Amino acid sequence: MSWNDLKSRLAAESYVASDDLAVALQLALNLGRPLLLEGAAGVGKTEIARALSVAQGTRLIRLQCYEGLDAAQAIYEWNYQRQLLTIRAAAEDGETGKTVEDRIFSRDFLLERPLLAAITQDTPPVLLIDEIDRADEEFEAYLLEILSDFQISIPELGTIRAVSRPIVILTSNGTRDLSDALRRRCLYTYVEYPDRATELAILQARCPEVEARLADQIVGFVQRLRKEELEKVPGIAEMLDFAAALMGLGIADLTQDPAVLQSTLTTLLKTQSDQAHITPEVAGRIAGKAA
Amino acid sequence: MSRVTKFAARDPGPAARVVGFIAHLRENGLRLGVAEADIAISALAEVEAVHPDDSRRALRAVCTGCKEEAERFDALFDSYWMDAGRVRQKVILKPTTTMSKDVHSSRDAAGQDVGASGAATAPDDGNGEAESDGTGKLIATQQRNLSRRDLRDLVRPDEIAQAEEVARRIGAALRDKRSRRRKAARRGDRLHFRKTIRHSLATGGEPLHLLRKYRPDRTRKIAAVCDVSGSMSAYAQVFLAFLAGLMRADMSADAYLFHTRLVRITEALRDKGAMRAIGRMSLMADGFGGGSKIGPSLLRFADTYAKRFVDGRSVVLILSDGYDTAPPEVIAAALQKLRKRGCKVIWLNPLKGWQDYAPVAAGMAAALPYLDAFKAANTLQDLAALEQEVATL
Repeated sequence: MSWNDLKSRLAAESYVASDDLAVALQLALNLGRPLLLEGAAGVGKTEIARALSVAQGTRLIRLQCYEGLDAAQAIYEWNYQRQLLTIRAAAEDGETGKTVEDRIFSRDFLLERPLLAAITQDTPPVLLIDEIDRADEEFEAYLLEILSDFQISIPELGTIRAVSRPIVILTSNGTRDLSDALRRRCLYTYVEYPDRATELAILQARCPEVEARLADQIVGFVQRLRKEELEKVPGIAEMLDFAAALMGLGIADLTQDPAVLQSTLTTLLKTQSDQAHITPEVAGRIAGKAA
Repeated sequence: MSRVTKFAARDPGPAARVVGFIAHLRENGLRLGVAEADIAISALAEVEAVHPDDSRRALRAVCTGCKEEAERFDALFDSYWMDAGRVRQKVILKPTTTMSKDVHSSRDAAGQDVGASGAATAPDDGNGEAESDGTGKLIATQQRNLSRRDLRDLVRPDEIAQAEEVARRIGAALRDKRSRRRKAARRGDRLHFRKTIRHSLATGGEPLHLLRKYRPDRTRKIAAVCDVSGSMSAYAQVFLAFLAGLMRADMSADAYLFHTRLVRITEALRDKGAMRAIGRMSLMADGFGGGSKIGPSLLRFADTYAKRFVDGRSVVLILSDGYDTAPPEVIAAALQKLRKRGCKVIWLNPLKGWQDYAPVAAGMAAALPYLDAFKAANTLQDLAALEQEVATL
């Protein structure tokens, strides 16, 4: 399968991938390497994992990272409450220590978290490790071990080896620098905001009911808005919300009613200072240029 | 005629060329190991390697690891595979334009360069009369200094080692008490279930020993922003050594230089050789000792890098004298933006060490309300003394 095939299969799931991204994804699939995606918020990094899992017909397992994420939440945890109850029940039935121990440290008492779940699937799933930069360095180091060996050691059970190698996609918003060791193990692609043609294709794939003229205006407006000095630059999801809002209000032309345009800007501008910065006059000017 | 590089007839084959390319990247500062050459070859087998664009994309995915590297990759690829060194490229002359003042450019707005003149002012050692000629006043200069200075002349290796120690102690003093990951401990605020159950097996399933876990302290991330404009050149030695030491002591720290532009020097300072790191930094600090635009530089920091690297766990260290050519409101706006990210801001001003110093420079006065700490720092000893003070933040 060449990367062009992959690209068209993703397009069938209404994900418009750039050539760079398609090549990187194809390499990740064929070489069995994790793929690290970096880029601003809202450029479709998380969405690619969803589209890929649908295109490949496999499960998507998602691990959302956050500060303080630890092994118990990412890999596995014993079901302690159930273990305690079993121990008490066993004591009353007069079971011996050895059989109790074997029982409470079996797979039945193991709570699978995303990483363990990902390596025990029969068909290789897509494992999305989202916002890895939010997790702390200790977790990153642990992740390295799993990403290179695809096996997890549980002291009480032994080593669990991967039944199938998951397709691993890591995303990062760059809130901190990732370690070189992690970067080395991954293929890398920086995802940019899409250019006008690509964004238009995305809008048409996601909201086919938007008229061509309005779609062109919407994309032009958002592209110009990104060049303004904003605290939070609108991403693709915001652009789609904006289009949906305009559709819901039955607007056919952006320049037609400045008041309505201003009220729909809440879908694009997410901070108070950004909303204050884009006054009706500024919005009107941008819409006029985009038309 | 093809633009692709023609290799010599005795060239051993594609694999050797790929290895050569990896070596070429390595020489240009990309950190690549032997394994990467292996992956690069298998990656090329996966795409149609005869198409330069496909090969470029495949190799970029394999060989780069961060945005900066990805941006540089195209040029490096061209120079090795596309014979960019030999092919004459059509040069289209652009009409020369006068640059607007708000463009961050290495070229001067007015188009003229005036080197920093006169001797740098510095506090003397307090023995004997002060060396002063008249009623001079420190002012900020808007001009960029064209003469490139090699910072290696300024900083000595033993100072870096000393600064490393200071930086390590300051880093350790800046503790944050908000860790979320808990560790096993004798006295903790929560039960450590895993250990408790494990130990209960010894007592027939009766959890007699309740083991606990607590939240350990975590270090803060430091982002140091250093002013290297003309008025600061007397202190550059100390501060640059401090920055170099900081980067070596603390792997999560971040460093920036600014005069009229802002540059991130973190990557350069992480170089294994201490003096080579300083050398790389001096190449980046083009215009060292020139004018100062503190406000715009800090604003640029707040708008770009800070969005990625500064969060509620960070401490932003600003090393500057506060003499700015831009309006003071810009500094205030920049610091306000920075504070919004939840970080602590510490301003280290070398002039504060002077007797009777008052922050009268408009920039400094505007900055004061937004600072968590405003301290003096002239020498490494001063910086070392900061350890106590920052611990209370």
